[in-house]
Amino acid sequence: MDFITNTLAVFPALLQAVPIVVQLALGAMAIALVLGLLVALARISSSKILRGIATVYLEVIRGTPLLVQLVYIFFVLPSIGVSIEPVPAGILGLGLNYAAYLSEVFRSAILSVEHGQTEAALSLGYTPSKTLWKVVIPQSFVVSMGPIGNYFIAMIKDTALTSVIAVTEILKTANILNSQTFQTTAIYTAAAILYLIISLPLSRVVVVLERKARASG
Amino acid sequence: MADETIIDVRDVHKTFVSESKPTLWKRLTGKPHVQKRVEVLKGVDLVVHRGETIAILGSSGSGKSTLLRCINKLETIDAGRIYVNGHLIGYDERDGELIAEKASVTAQKRTDIGFVFQHFNLFLNKTALGNVMAPLRDVKKMSAAEAKAVAVPNLEMVGLGDKMENYPSKLSGGQKQRVAIARALAMNPSVMLFDEPTSALDPELVGEVLAVIKKIAQQGTTMVIVTHEMQFARDIADRIVVMDQGVIVEEGPPSRIFTAPQHPKTRALLSRSGILPG
Repeated sequence: MDFITNTLAVFPALLQAVPIVVQLALGAMAIALVLGLLVALARISSSKILRGIATVYLEVIRGTPLLVQLVYIFFVLPSIGVSIEPVPAGILGLGLNYAAYLSEVFRSAILSVEHGQTEAALSLGYTPSKTLWKVVIPQSFVVSMGPIGNYFIAMIKDTALTSVIAVTEILKTANILNSQTFQTTAIYTAAAILYLIISLPLSRVVVVLERKARASG
Repeated sequence: MADETIIDVRDVHKTFVSESKPTLWKRLTGKPHVQKRVEVLKGVDLVVHRGETIAILGSSGSGKSTLLRCINKLETIDAGRIYVNGHLIGYDERDGELIAEKASVTAQKRTDIGFVFQHFNLFLNKTALGNVMAPLRDVKKMSAAEAKAVAVPNLEMVGLGDKMENYPSKLSGGQKQRVAIARALAMNPSVMLFDEPTSALDPELVGEVLAVIKKIAQQGTTMVIVTHEMQFARDIADRIVVMDQGVIVEEGPPSRIFTAPQHPKTRALLSRSGILPG
């Protein structure tokens, strides 16, 4: 019984870290969505230069660990005169990382929109770029909703990595509590449960979104 | 004004080139990779006058759909010229030289050419009304109220006044095709092109779509219809054009084509459809 009481007792302290997690996840997702779409468009563009830049970005991000990217932004960039506070650095690192993965989601979603939709738009007098923005991209978003949701949940869990760059999110708060009270089991159990409480309802939302996307297709 | 030219197709050629990617084995052995070239249009001339209804008949692979798709530049021609309403399609002509035009200019010219696809191609994320309103808003820059005022009568004309809020997934094939026709008509084009508009429909839904097309023809709309519906073509067309292997083999009024075809290919086509005794 002690274990349960102790675990419950830790929650109020950990809950104080939730706003930081929300801030990290929403901020990083905003960057990832915008940059991810731009990278996807660059990857399918006819310009060799744009395609090249996008591919290099993708390979660098996917070929290095997120943890290393965060450390790099926070500890290495100051040496060239770019100092970023922990939370913005976390948002930037997570955003740049997830942009690469979301760009693949967008790219395949854009390519999955039937060619007939494009031909219909062109035949009605849409220019190629208007066809892309008014017809193809809106339809690709419907297809992307499920995968974007899944990446959002993954990102919430990855916010734990920002504990190494001094962001007082859930894990960092747990570490601090642990060093003060040494109730290791209770503290980290509470932290794990807190992540579950956040991600489980969200994964239900993703299931609903995916069902909707299928129904409209 | 009866013989004002709307479409003028002059000596149009089109070849499809399909290039198979060289496999690793072919590259290692140094075998050249093959280009497959199919000449689908081999010098086609066609004039369509204002108010005329033209039906293009021909077996599959005769080039009739490709010809239609070249007219609004969904396919790019290799040689020849196509004029719609006096405008050269796809090019600027300066001092006798042809210069490829900007995509925005092609788009502008396409607003004057209605196109109806075999597979409808309705915007899946929009209702019937949304489909008809979208190009009026996005291309013609109308306000929502203006676009609706144009869209609603067009949907009513094709008999879908009660289905305006339905998404394509909640419409039958025949209803989808009628929405597609309303969408093209709402742009008020000089000519309507129909690419096998009933070929993807269940037999019991063909009639409702043909009835709508007939209604539009009777309103004096200039149109070109690629179709396999022989009786319908005979019933509606002012002129029948018969294509075979990339050329027009015969054209004339339905009364003559269907009773006294001159070309053996026309006779073969008609007897296959059961119109002429084999």
